[in-house]
This record gives sequence, C-alpha cells and structure tokens, in this order.
Amino acid sequence: MMKFTLAWLKEHLDTDRALGEITDKLTMIGLEVERVEDRGAALKPFVIARVVEARQHPNADRLRVCMVDTGTGEPIQVVCGAPNARAGMKGVFVPPGAYIPGKDMTLQVGTIRGVESRGMLVSEFELKISDDHDGIVELPDDAPVGESFAKYAGLDDPVIEINLTPNRPDCTGVHGIARDLGAADIGKFKDAAIKPLKGAFPCPVAVTIETPELCPAFALRLMRGVKNGPSPAWLQQRLTAIGLRPINALVDITNFITYDRGRPLHVFDAKKVRGGLTVRRAKKDGETLLALDGKTYTLDDSVCVIADGDGVESLSGIMGGEKTGCDESTTDVLIESALWNPVNIAQSGRKLGINSDARYRFERGVDPAFMLPGLELATHMVTDLCGGTPSEVTVAGSAEPPERVIDFPLSEVNRLAGLAVQLPEMRRVLERLGFFVAGQGEKVKIAVPSWRPDVEGKADIVEEVVRIFGVDRVPSTPFDRGAAPRKPVLTPIQTRVRKAKRALATRNLIEAVTWSFIAKPQAELFGGGQPELALANPIASDLSDMRPSLIPGLVGAAQRNADRGFADAGLFEVGQVFRGDRPADQLTAATGVRRALAKPSGIGRHWSKRDGEVDAFDAKADALAVLVAAGAPEQALQIVPGGPPWFHPGRSGTIQIGPKNILGHFGELHPRALEALDAEGPLVAFEVILERIPEPKAKATRAKPVLELAPLQPVERDFAFVVERSVKAADIVRAAQAVDRKLITGITVFDVYEGKGIEPGKKSIAIAVTLQPRDKTMTDAEIEALAAKIVAEVAKRTGGVLRG
Amino acid sequence: MTDTVQLEQTILAEIAGASDDTALEGVRVAALGKNGSITALLKTLGTLPPDERKTQGPLINGLKDRVNAALVARRDAFKNAALEARLNTESVDVTLPVREAPAEIGRLHPITQVVDELTAIFADMGFAVAEGPDIETDDYNFTKLNFPENHPAREMHDTFFFNPKPDGSRLLLRTHTSPVQVRTMLSRKPPIRVIIPGRTYRSDSDQTHTPMFHQVEGLVVDKGSHLGHLKWILEEFCKAFFEVDRVKMRFRPSFFPFTEPSLEVDIQCRRDKGEIRFGDGDDWLEILGCGMVHPNVLRNCGLDPDEYQGFAWGMGIDRIAMLKYGMPDLRAFFDADVRWLSHYGFRPLDFPTLAGGLSP
Repeated sequence: MMKFTLAWLKEHLDTDRALGEITDKLTMIGLEVERVEDRGAALKPFVIARVVEARQHPNADRLRVCMVDTGTGEPIQVVCGAPNARAGMKGVFVPPGAYIPGKDMTLQVGTIRGVESRGMLVSEFELKISDDHDGIVELPDDAPVGESFAKYAGLDDPVIEINLTPNRPDCTGVHGIARDLGAADIGKFKDAAIKPLKGAFPCPVAVTIETPELCPAFALRLMRGVKNGPSPAWLQQRLTAIGLRPINALVDITNFITYDRGRPLHVFDAKKVRGGLTVRRAKKDGETLLALDGKTYTLDDSVCVIADGDGVESLSGIMGGEKTGCDESTTDVLIESALWNPVNIAQSGRKLGINSDARYRFERGVDPAFMLPGLELATHMVTDLCGGTPSEVTVAGSAEPPERVIDFPLSEVNRLAGLAVQLPEMRRVLERLGFFVAGQGEKVKIAVPSWRPDVEGKADIVEEVVRIFGVDRVPSTPFDRGAAPRKPVLTPIQTRVRKAKRALATRNLIEAVTWSFIAKPQAELFGGGQPELALANPIASDLSDMRPSLIPGLVGAAQRNADRGFADAGLFEVGQVFRGDRPADQLTAATGVRRALAKPSGIGRHWSKRDGEVDAFDAKADALAVLVAAGAPEQALQIVPGGPPWFHPGRSGTIQIGPKNILGHFGELHPRALEALDAEGPLVAFEVILERIPEPKAKATRAKPVLELAPLQPVERDFAFVVERSVKAADIVRAAQAVDRKLITGITVFDVYEGKGIEPGKKSIAIAVTLQPRDKTMTDAEIEALAAKIVAEVAKRTGGVLRG
Repeated sequence: MTDTVQLEQTILAEIAGASDDTALEGVRVAALGKNGSITALLKTLGTLPPDERKTQGPLINGLKDRVNAALVARRDAFKNAALEARLNTESVDVTLPVREAPAEIGRLHPITQVVDELTAIFADMGFAVAEGPDIETDDYNFTKLNFPENHPAREMHDTFFFNPKPDGSRLLLRTHTSPVQVRTMLSRKPPIRVIIPGRTYRSDSDQTHTPMFHQVEGLVVDKGSHLGHLKWILEEFCKAFFEVDRVKMRFRPSFFPFTEPSLEVDIQCRRDKGEIRFGDGDDWLEILGCGMVHPNVLRNCGLDPDEYQGFAWGMGIDRIAMLKYGMPDLRAFFDADVRWLSHYGFRPLDFPTLAGGLSP
C-alpha cells in the first residue's frame, strides 16, 4: 500500500484540481485509489477554545465547571472531569449535536450532577487521533481561539491510499505519483534538481562489498555534530497522517524520503559502529541480529547483511539493527543509500517474515540513478533539522543504470490498442513521463527512464500511451466472428459431461461440487494415495491427496446432510478423478450416491408404499441412465457381478463392454468403506468414467435409419424356470435370446421367486418372450416348437427346468 | 280394439314394476317371446281379412314398438343405477399427495449452469471451449506466462505443489486456467478463439477464499484483434450474462505478468439491500482482469509477436455466479448442503440458451 496526503502531493505537483478529480484520474491511469480518508470532514465541529474559568463542581470532587471561550464572545459552560482542565489553558471544544469519533456517539446537552454542560473539551482519544485519554488536549498559548482544530493541527489534509501494482516502483514515492499526474494533465510536475553538498572531510568509514551480485552499489556519508531530537511538527504530521510513528529527526527523515521519493535510506549511529562496513552474506551457522522492530532474527547465508567489526549490524535493504540505531544521544550519523538485488530482498523478506517499507521498495526495484541524489536530499534535511557537518560521500560499486532504448513503430499503438494517436501527442505523454523520444518518422527511438524497470518493449510503450491518453478513449470495436461455419463448439467429452449432468438431475439427484483433494486414508481406500498425487503443502490434513474417486467426497456430503437432519440425500458430481499425475491420467467421472430413502421413484416415506431403502438396483438404474444419456451403446453394455473392494461383494456390479473396457461400477457400499468414511448406510453409489464410452462412428447425414413397422401382431409367451440360486437372470435371458435372434425381439424378466413351492437353494425366474413374426402369422405348432427350443436351450445353458 | 289398449297398459305396468333385469326379461318373454301375448297378436294378423289387417297391423306393430322402447329404457335405467351404485363404492381420497416429479427435485449446481450460460454466449461469438489438466507444470503455469523467477505466486504459501521428482522438477495444481492458453497456443495455429472454464487452486482459505475455485478465461489470437475488440466483447458479454440492456464498464490500467497492456474492469452497479443491480448506480464493482497477450507469452508459445497479436481475459465463475444469482457466501458452493443446492441450484430442464433466455 502506498499512502500520502493531498498537501504532500502538492509539494510535487502544482495543481488546483479538486480532490475527487485527482483521485479519479489516479485510478484511471493505473494507480488505483483504494481509499481516501478525509479527517478534516470528520473533525469539522471541533474548534480551539480557551478555558476562561474553572470552578469546583458543587456536587462532585473530581469534576470542574468550566466557562469556555470558543471565539463567539459568549463563554459556554462545560462540565469537565479531566485532571488537567484549568483556567487559562487552551484546548479543543466541541458543541452538542456533534459526532465524537473516538466514542462513536453524538454529543447531547447534558446535566451532570445537577449542573448543565453545553459541550465538551476533548482528549486525543475522543478525537480518534491517538490512544491518549489521560486528559484533554492542551494547545500552545498562541493557538487561535475559534479556529478549526483540524486545520490548526494539519489534520484536514486528506489521506490517499493507492493499491499499487508491483510493476511501478517509481510510484512508491509521492514524487513518482506526481510525475504520472503531471503527464495526465492534472498539474505541473515539480522536479527541481537536488544540489549536492560538498563534504568537509573524507568519510572515515570504509565500505567493502563482498557480494556485488546482491549489492551493486553502496554510498555512505558521515555527518558530525548533529543534534537529534523530535522532528518538527510538519514532518511529524506527514508521517502520522500515513500511519507512521515519529521517532526522532534522523529516523523520521529516512522514513520521509522513503515515501517522498521511493528511496529507502538507513542511518547508523556512527559512534556505535566499529571499524568499516562490509556488505556480505550472513554466515551459514546462524548469525543473529536484534532488529529495530525489537525482534531477534536468525540468519543464514541466503541473507545479505551489513556488518562491522562487531558482526551483523543491519539486514540489507530490509531493516536496521537495534544496536547501531540512532536515538536522542546520537551526535555523529552515517547515512546509507544503497542498491540491493530485488530478488534477494524479496526472498530474504519472505524468509524472515519482515514486511518493511524498505523491502516493499527494494523488491520492486528502486531507481539506481537516484542513489546519490537521495543521499544528498537526506544530507540537506539533516543539515536543516539537526545541523552537523557532512563528510564526502564514499561510493562502493556502481549505480550506473543500463541504457534501454526501444525501437518503436508509431503504428504499434493502433495495432495493439485500436487507438489512433499522432506523434506529437505521443511524444508529449512519453516525455512528461521521463522517456526520451528521438526521431520524426514512422519509427522512433525511445529511451526508458532509469526509474521504470518495468518497461522492456514495444507493448510497454503502448501501455504508457494508452494509460495516460485514457483507456476510455479506445473505441469499442465490434468483433467479427468470421466466416467459420456455425458448427458445435463442444468436444465429445464436454458434450458427455453436459448430458450426464442433466440426465442425473432429471433422476432427482442433486449436483454437488466437492474438493478435488481428500484425506490420504480415503484416497488409499478408493485405489489412490500414490505418492505423486500427494500435495507437498496441503491446506489441511483432510485435503491432502488428489481424489481417485468422487465417492468419498459425496459420501461425506451425504453424511453431513444426514447430520443436519436430511437423511435421504441423493447427490451426484461429474468431475475430475486422478489416476496419476500426467494429463492423460486425469479422467472425468460421473458419480452419484443415494442414502436411506432417496429412491429414484421418490424421496422419503410415502403412503403409496412405493418407497423404501435404496438398493443396488437404484444405483444400477442411475449408472445405466447416465451412460446412455452420455452416448454409450445400450445394447453393448454388459453387467458382471462384483466390483472394486469399496463395494459390497455380493451387491455390486461392473458395467463393461468386454473385459477390457470397464465403464463403471454400481452397488451398495462395503460396510468397511462406510466405517472408514465415518458414514452410516444404507448408501448405494455408482461411478462411471465418461472417457470410456466408445466414440460413435461418424455419420454422413443426420437421417435416422429407416423405421420398419411389422404389419403382423407380436406374440408373447411366458416361461417360468426353476434354477439354482447362483444362476444369473442374464444367463437365462441370453439363452432364450440365442434361440432365434431375429424372431425374438424382446425378453423381460417379470418375476423372481424363492420360498414356498420352490426347493431350498433354488429360485424361480419368469420371463416374457416377445416374438415378432415378419412375413406370415405363426401357427400354434410353430409357436410351440419355438417354445420347446427355448426351454431346451435354457436347460442346457443354466440347468433350469420349466416350473410345473 | 280395447284389447290392445288394455294389453299395452298391462305390459307397460309390468315393465315399470319389474325390479331387476331378470324380472324385466320375464316381462319381455311374456310379451314378445315365442309364446308372448304380442307375438300371439302378430300371428293373428295373417288370418285377418285385408281391410281389417290394414287397421289392426299398425295397431299391433305400434304396440310392439312401444313395448320394446319401454323395455330398452327400463334396462338402461337398471344399468345406470348399477353403475351409480358401483361408482359410489369406488371413491379415492384425491387429496393424498403424489410423488414430486424427479426432474423437479434434481438440481444442477450454479457453477454448471453458469458455465453453460458462458458457453452459450461465447459460442455465439465463435468461441470454442478449451480445457486442460488440473495438475500442471511450473513451466505452463508460470514460466511460459512470463512470471518472473521470484514471483510470490511461486511460493509454497500461495500455490499447492506436489513433491519434487528425482530430477528436481515439481508439479503443481494450476493456480489459474491460463496454462490452458499456453496448451492451446502450442497445439494449434491461430486464429484462436476459445474460452477456458475450469477448476483452479490456491493455498488460501478464509471468508472470501476457498482453496479450490473456478475460473473462466478467454483467449483470442490472430493478426488484428486489439483492445477495442476486447472492450466490445466484454461489454457484449456483460449485457448478455447479466441480462441487462445496457451496462457501463470502466477499464482501468493494471498489471498482470502475462498481458501488456493490462486492464482491470469494473462494472457500474447499485447496491440495494444486499442485492446488486447492474446497469445503473454509483458504485463500481471489479469483475475481471484482461489485456493484450504479452509478447513474451506469444514468443514462449512459438508465435512471433510482430505477426500475431491477441487478448485474454479472466474472471471467477463462482464470483460472477454470486453477483448474478445473489449467493452471499463462496464457501457454501463446496459444502453440498442440499438446502443450499435446492435453493440456488437449477432444474435440469432449465437449459440456458440465447433463444430462450439464459436464466429460468
């Protein structure tokens, strides 16, 4: 966050534009204004007043009755409990009806212990400018009675907060922001040169850079005979307004220049520094530093430090050390202005957990050309505020910025932005931003200023022009969809996903979206948990492994709903499952669970008796429905008993097209799986993999096959077979079907019976066989002959005998 | 003559007095059966002289017809009475509730619905839908997208990583859908017009962030598409998606590593008792980021930035769903609470189309 006040901005920009106009423009040139705090408005009713008389309250020892002159000529009676309220003092008065920010209340005329009070003398706490509520504000004798306190105290200066993008280090200082506003015609940018101060003596402290890759340049100057103390009110007000705590003049000057110019500096108390300064990496074995924030940091050799004869004294570009810090006793000060490697500063700052104003700027990249002017500016301010004599400047390394020149065709702005800008306008914008434009033709050369490390190529120049010129001036241009024919844009898998979702929702299932990562034990239970699918840094231990199946997430969801009192949940999800970490290992599963009474025919109990607990056939029906909706060939799907280990071994099935292409599974969940998922049944589930559905053959036309309607009536014959309990219905159907694939057009199983009348260990299965004669009606004899064949074939394949 | 009148009165009285079908049949047989009284009269007709036959014939036949009609009427009355009696025993309690239609109970998650809405809008503008894997390489997720080596997004506290491979490389969960831009540019030649919806992941969890969320991006690469086209597409999109006649948008310069120039887009709105209305108002709401594809990204994907150009945009699907349909809390999207899903979800037959309307 970059913060500054309006008055501060005006130090760098000559403008009479209104606050709103300035902040709107900031946002529109890419310096997004996050907040404007206008404290002057909140403190408007607060005025400077003089206590004319302070008497003891007749009914209370701790209270005084004050007569207060607020500049209106008529003294006002105020009951005050502050220990420092006394006749002759000047303070801050607020009348009834005003809002007291520190107390979040509106003041009323009151009667306190029988004496009327028509206003209030307030503390800093009540003004909400500090936590101090020990007594009322005391102002100097020369404070003008009746005048606005906010104005007097410099609190009427609006504070502007900018959400700065990481590419703009130049705007970490008010100066850079003013330059942008100047380019955008909001005012005249004030850019006076900083005059170097001649040193009176050589800098006695030597500087050695051992790590030029981390510190390209380092400048240092000693100032002798300074007098450090509180900084002047204007400086304190500036810092306080942006939320910084004034410390002492030397420190405040460095903080001020950090925000004023985006140039962090550091001051050492020269008397506490032993010998020369060395820029080096911290030692491997954990050197420590007590930093200015009062915390001790343990360092390693990735961190760049400044050390003296006693060891580490400062974390380069991040934070200084407590031991060599400046306080009121400081008389000789070393001012450091250096350049640091942005990547290293960012890494060290993150590693140490320090978010300092210096790090914020160095990790974005400060202007190398301003290293020495920054030091000179600080010298001027120290001379002005603390006196002292400067030494010459010692410079180690080189701050010479690399020259960057971009060949720029003028057509580039129109090509990329669709905005026609002429060279004179372009030149005006760029030169005000500090660029140098050479040439007049179709192609110019543009030199990039040292404070703009973000500008690398033509597109960046286009951005500069468009940003200052105004994106709102780019005309909205209709986009031609082109001559491409209007064909479906979805891929086969995308179409399957769509159809699968809507098909499942028409079966009363509700779509959930659950986490892609689940707990490791759950992943292992469902065939996953491979090391390559485990996150190195999961956000929680139960979100640690990429899911191999959607069932754990959905079962968990169903159970959560049950715990909330909604026991009969039917949920589905169509989403990614992971078999490995390659793109091809990511598959799309369509998965659903039904719990308790969430039947496809209806959810919950019902008077019709067509209700009950979910079973494997509900899951089977869902699985087949979603496969068929997604385009699976219904006739080719085979059902094989059993499934993966998370299903009940006797109440689950596998859907396949041949043993090599397994499309999915359905059934009751295994009691052990439920226990591991901490869920209670009855719970049935299905899961199919949409990628496994074979692609249909491409067809030349959309016409459907010719419909053949047989002119003759179909004939239906019923058979009941008694078979061993282990015989599958599908085998009986298949056997019957095999007798005549043309004539037999349909077989349904209409009854399954075990019990009285049937031998134990056996069951009766009844089927209805539909015969569709083609050319002529069938005679009774022909029908009988076919029936006999069916009976024989079923007997041969399944051992079934016709039930007597 | 008086005989037939007498006879008719007697028979009609017997018909009226018959108590059921059996009794009625008795009357019929007695009158019209083989030996019935009217049958006997009819038999006499042949024996009569012609002139007498002329007068007696119509009399007797008229008697027969009237008796027949009376018999039919009486039989119908019995049938109706029997039906009435049966119907009286057959009532059901029609106030008993029936099962709700399954398609009325089932719901699609708002994310599904919004992706279908986006697809409808952009397919109409000639965009295809591209997708890519959730598990990505550092190269596709960051490097090819021009993220500098030290970018904070590459740190463990922002991005989910897998454990390093023996060669030191490590895969990650994509932090945005932008790697699919890279995959698209690497796999086919421009012109490219795609939208890219999908799941994305960041190591973040609080009131407004979940570790998994959904993004949609758009990518156009060809030899002439510029910021003006981008503005138009986004304006058209916002009008279509939020279903308003006009929408005021504000394009602000911003910064993303993979675009240059980069813009953030705000949409003008009015906040009204927790609801957000688009098309008027004094507030600005940030809804997406966009920009011209960075020349380095084009170069990294094998395209010459002096020949090809294009733009990209990205936004949160969950976020625009919340803005349009008013869900207050992102976290509820992934909680699978059936009450929330039933309320904020969509019926399966409410398929968004441009012809029929996006929202139900």
